[in-house]
Amino acid sequence: MSEKTVNNGVNVGALLDAREALSENPEGAKFNWRASCKWINGTHSQSIVDGYHGLGGEQNHKTEFSFDADHPEVFAAEDNGATPVEYVLVGLASCLTAGVASVAQNRDIQLRSVEAKLEGAMDILGILGADSDVRNGFQDIKVTFDIDADASQDDIEALVAQSQKRSAVFDIITNPTNVSVEVK
Amino acid sequence: MQDIAVVIVGAGHSGLTMSSCLKDQGIPHVVLERNRVGHAWREERWQSLRLLTPNWQNGFRNFPYAGSEPDGFMKAGEMAEQLEGYQRHLQAPVIEQCAVTGLEQVGCEYVVDTVQGQYRAQAVVLAHGACRLPSVPALDTVLQDHVKTLTALAYRNPEDLPPGPALIVGASATGIQLAAEIHGSGRPVTLSVGEHVRMPRRYRGRDIQWWLDATGLLNETWLDIDDLQRARSVPSPQIIGNVDGLSLDLNFLTRQGVELVGRCAGFNAPNLQFSGSLKNNCKLADLKMNRLLNNIDEWVAASGREAEFEAPHRFQSTEVPEMPALVKPVSDLASVVWATGFKPDLSWVNIDGVLDRKGRLKHEGGVVQDGLYVLGLTFLRRRKSSFIVGAQDDCEDLTRALTNYLSAA
Repeated sequence: MSEKTVNNGVNVGALLDAREALSENPEGAKFNWRASCKWINGTHSQSIVDGYHGLGGEQNHKTEFSFDADHPEVFAAEDNGATPVEYVLVGLASCLTAGVASVAQNRDIQLRSVEAKLEGAMDILGILGADSDVRNGFQDIKVTFDIDADASQDDIEALVAQSQKRSAVFDIITNPTNVSVEVK
Repeated sequence: MQDIAVVIVGAGHSGLTMSSCLKDQGIPHVVLERNRVGHAWREERWQSLRLLTPNWQNGFRNFPYAGSEPDGFMKAGEMAEQLEGYQRHLQAPVIEQCAVTGLEQVGCEYVVDTVQGQYRAQAVVLAHGACRLPSVPALDTVLQDHVKTLTALAYRNPEDLPPGPALIVGASATGIQLAAEIHGSGRPVTLSVGEHVRMPRRYRGRDIQWWLDATGLLNETWLDIDDLQRARSVPSPQIIGNVDGLSLDLNFLTRQGVELVGRCAGFNAPNLQFSGSLKNNCKLADLKMNRLLNNIDEWVAASGREAEFEAPHRFQSTEVPEMPALVKPVSDLASVVWATGFKPDLSWVNIDGVLDRKGRLKHEGGVVQDGLYVLGLTFLRRRKSSFIVGAQDDCEDLTRALTNYLSAA
């Protein structure tokens, strides 16, 4: 077999070292992710992410990130940003894609391109309160990956399957989560 | 208090095999058995259970299977008889009705408390079984108020369950066998499927265990494996001990009318909740099975023995319902059966530092620490470690470690 250098830009060594170190020191593995949100006007809001807690202390992103969210004009709104449900799709897409790159690196598979299309089916009679049999959220989500890589079709499908298995957002969407919302 | 060089806890296939190894070395020992030889196979398994390995793999060290059906799958009760035969053959120093209630370390010796008194030993071998206790989700305590729940360990036959629909949680070897049997008894089954290992019973004219053996997979050691933690937690494959070659897979169960749902994720009264990850878990299992079959085909091609075997083929992908149910009202169920795995009973091990943060025994290939050894756990030293056929090599290895320790001490 010829020597090959696979580089998908993922530092797998550091991830595997972290797994080892945090298994010994499980307190450091407890992270707390945060976001803050401010109402602008109408259905328009702006959310900020900046700091988070992990590895036993406070951490900061290199820079603050902000996200405008709004409803589209067909909802009689101003469309100042993506809808919140589209952010959910963005979260799933970016989580699975990061997973594909990491798993590919770990399996010595060189990626040339990875593209994903996401569709979330929603019957808005749910959020409009017009039909109590219809849930508010997605009826289902379809993700279609188009991947060009130095690997067989089965190996590519295994990358995508493993990425789902290790994905935080896939888990968040497919399993129930307790949510508590309070008012100060 | 009795002094003895070695105490072996448990007189199952691992404990008796270890006894045979120590006897060869002339090392004085006793084998403590909480009940009588063969008890777990006779009394603590469901009634229809047959071993998952063919009989030719179900012999013991210097005591091969001698029956007339080497390709058959013996019933649990026959394994109990076979163990009794092995015990008669070995004349092993087994003390029956001698449950161990405590294990402590005093200096460089071990004190073993039993219902028949204390032993002081230089070394102890834990061979008391990886499947003594059921692993049951915390959810069980909540559900008990709403529906009859039962563990696979307590299950004997479908009559243990009330009439009406049953939810079986877990789709490894145990879960799929119980699903088939309980559904067949007229209790409509919903099967909650998480991560699982799909494996055909037969491939290219041979039993899958023949292939695992021939291709060297069973002998892969703990040192050969990249992710040992993962290898040690892989669920048992979806197979059933039967000679007609039936692959008891999810497609078979679906055709019988069993409803597949995702991993049991929670209970939000009045609904049980199931994960939306069923498709991916089935995809992972299909891909992994095909990797195994590819490895077998490559092995055949490299061996030049193509003519001995049937042509390669692939099995139908797992058919998953387009929209698997995400919730099920608990009132729609008459019973819930937990087929969510087993674990060893370590409640009486009172030695600092030998358990990890999840209560599992820490060990390096079966060596827990100087003078303390464990047998029979999944991938202890080899892929076959938890199989009947795996005991011999592990016991011989650990006998060397134990002998070295005793002679150095």
